[in-house]
Amino acid sequence: MKSGSALTWRLIPNRYRLIGSHCETCKENFFPTRPVCPSCRRKGKMVEKKFKGEGKIYSFTTVQVPPEGFELEAPYVLAIVELSEGPRVTAQVVDCSENDLGFGTPVEMVFRKIQEEGKEGLIHYGFKFKIKK
Amino acid sequence: MQNFKTSKLETVYCVVVFMRRVAIVGVGMSKFGEHWEKGFRDLIIEAGVQALQDGNLKGEEIDALYGGTMAAGRLIGQEHITALIADYMGLNPIPATRVEAACASGGLALRQGFMAVASGLHDVVVVGGVEKMTDVSTAEVTTALGGAGDQEWELFMGATFPSIYALMARRHMKEYGTSVEQMAAVSVKNHLNAAKNKFAQFQKPVTLEEVLESKEVSSPLKVLDCSPITDGAAVVILASLEKAKKYSDCPIEIIASAQASDTIALHDRKSLTELKATQIAARKAFQQAGVSAKDVDVAEVHDCFTIAEIMAIEDLGFVEKGKGGKATEDGFTALNSDVSVNTSGGLKGCGHPVGATGVKQAVEITWQLRGKAGERQVKNAELGLTHNVGGSGATAVVHLFKKC
Ligand SMILES: [Zn+2]
Repeated sequence: MKSGSALTWRLIPNRYRLIGSHCETCKENFFPTRPVCPSCRRKGKMVEKKFKGEGKIYSFTTVQVPPEGFELEAPYVLAIVELSEGPRVTAQVVDCSENDLGFGTPVEMVFRKIQEEGKEGLIHYGFKFKIKK
Repeated sequence: MQNFKTSKLETVYCVVVFMRRVAIVGVGMSKFGEHWEKGFRDLIIEAGVQALQDGNLKGEEIDALYGGTMAAGRLIGQEHITALIADYMGLNPIPATRVEAACASGGLALRQGFMAVASGLHDVVVVGGVEKMTDVSTAEVTTALGGAGDQEWELFMGATFPSIYALMARRHMKEYGTSVEQMAAVSVKNHLNAAKNKFAQFQKPVTLEEVLESKEVSSPLKVLDCSPITDGAAVVILASLEKAKKYSDCPIEIIASAQASDTIALHDRKSLTELKATQIAARKAFQQAGVSAKDVDVAEVHDCFTIAEIMAIEDLGFVEKGKGGKATEDGFTALNSDVSVNTSGGLKGCGHPVGATGVKQAVEITWQLRGKAGERQVKNAELGLTHNVGGSGATAVVHLFKKC
């Protein structure tokens, strides 16, 4: 989807610096930022939390039929990664094929180009993962 | 809120709300498929006219319209679609309201119509579902459907709907030993049913080998594990039970309507192998009607992917968690077996014009309970169920139906 530069700018803390939320009431971590703790609601107290970017593969697939903006990337490995601090995220896993992955494979975040909106449009950056050596 | 701090007795009175009984008096649908010759309005009018004829109703007897569509804005550049439908069906000036919940838009439109009649606000309402998907490229459809998930944290990363269900399939295979052959068995069954339904997109059975050898979309899911891109529309007309008896000799009563929500992103759920929203909606629906999963004779469930039907029959309570693959392979859900699942062909075989699906499910159950489903008729069908899911399970809606 084509997205404006304001949206891109707004998500920089999350997409570039891995900022999420921590609830001081129930101690649960969330990524990305959430203003309200879904468990504690009004009793929750949310503070900013920076994530380390380490985790394990929880589930994975290889996307053969891509959406718009990912035509040049396909096929690519897509996974749900469980971060060491608890929350899970959806992201691509680079520099490997799905045969190199299993449930629990340790991975670490890398900062990469995610998609380009044509030749003259915005270039979007964010996190992907690679296998931790 | 102060009013709720009353005695126990009064609390009980609060929840025993007076609701009118609601029944389906007319149904219609367009043929599902790739209709290059038909536009959005042609499809919904075709289904609407059939439903009015089926119920022997005149336009002036309709009090309101609810329409489900997911992505008309993306797919045909048209918003404000229920005003358009009311206009072209000649139903102005009745109130016309659009309902959107991704692939559950139709099921939620049905629920809105049900509540409008049950509450006593309206006596007769039209519920329509429609999607025109083949006017744009496959990549554009993939992007538009992606909007059913989390745009910023799933789709932005390169996720597609097949890949989101593929992530669930992988976990189901790991946790319960579900096999690709068991998933393929869902496709084989639903194509077999579709071949007996003249409204279905696919008119030919497929073999297990054909499913297994079809092109990979997102591992482990293949083309024949996925519902297709479809144009189509479906309409049901609801009336209060009292009025229903005037219009129809065989009104089909909606005996339960329940809906639940879950996280928009799949990765935010504790388990990827169940849809909590389905489990909760089903439990509530069975409670409302005072029946159980065992009593259901015929069910239309949300098989947007083969793994989705396996999880659905588990979450609805037809089989134990983890046993859905094996049960399908053993024929438990085949036509005229323990519970006949997706007699229409389901989303897989009949096609999946996203906003139309939830309404089409009610059309199929109506035909089944009337005993008018032809070659695919379930013998002595008395209790029917529909199950419609939005996105990866952020919305689920379950309805129960019974012959009056
Ligand atoms: Zn909390």
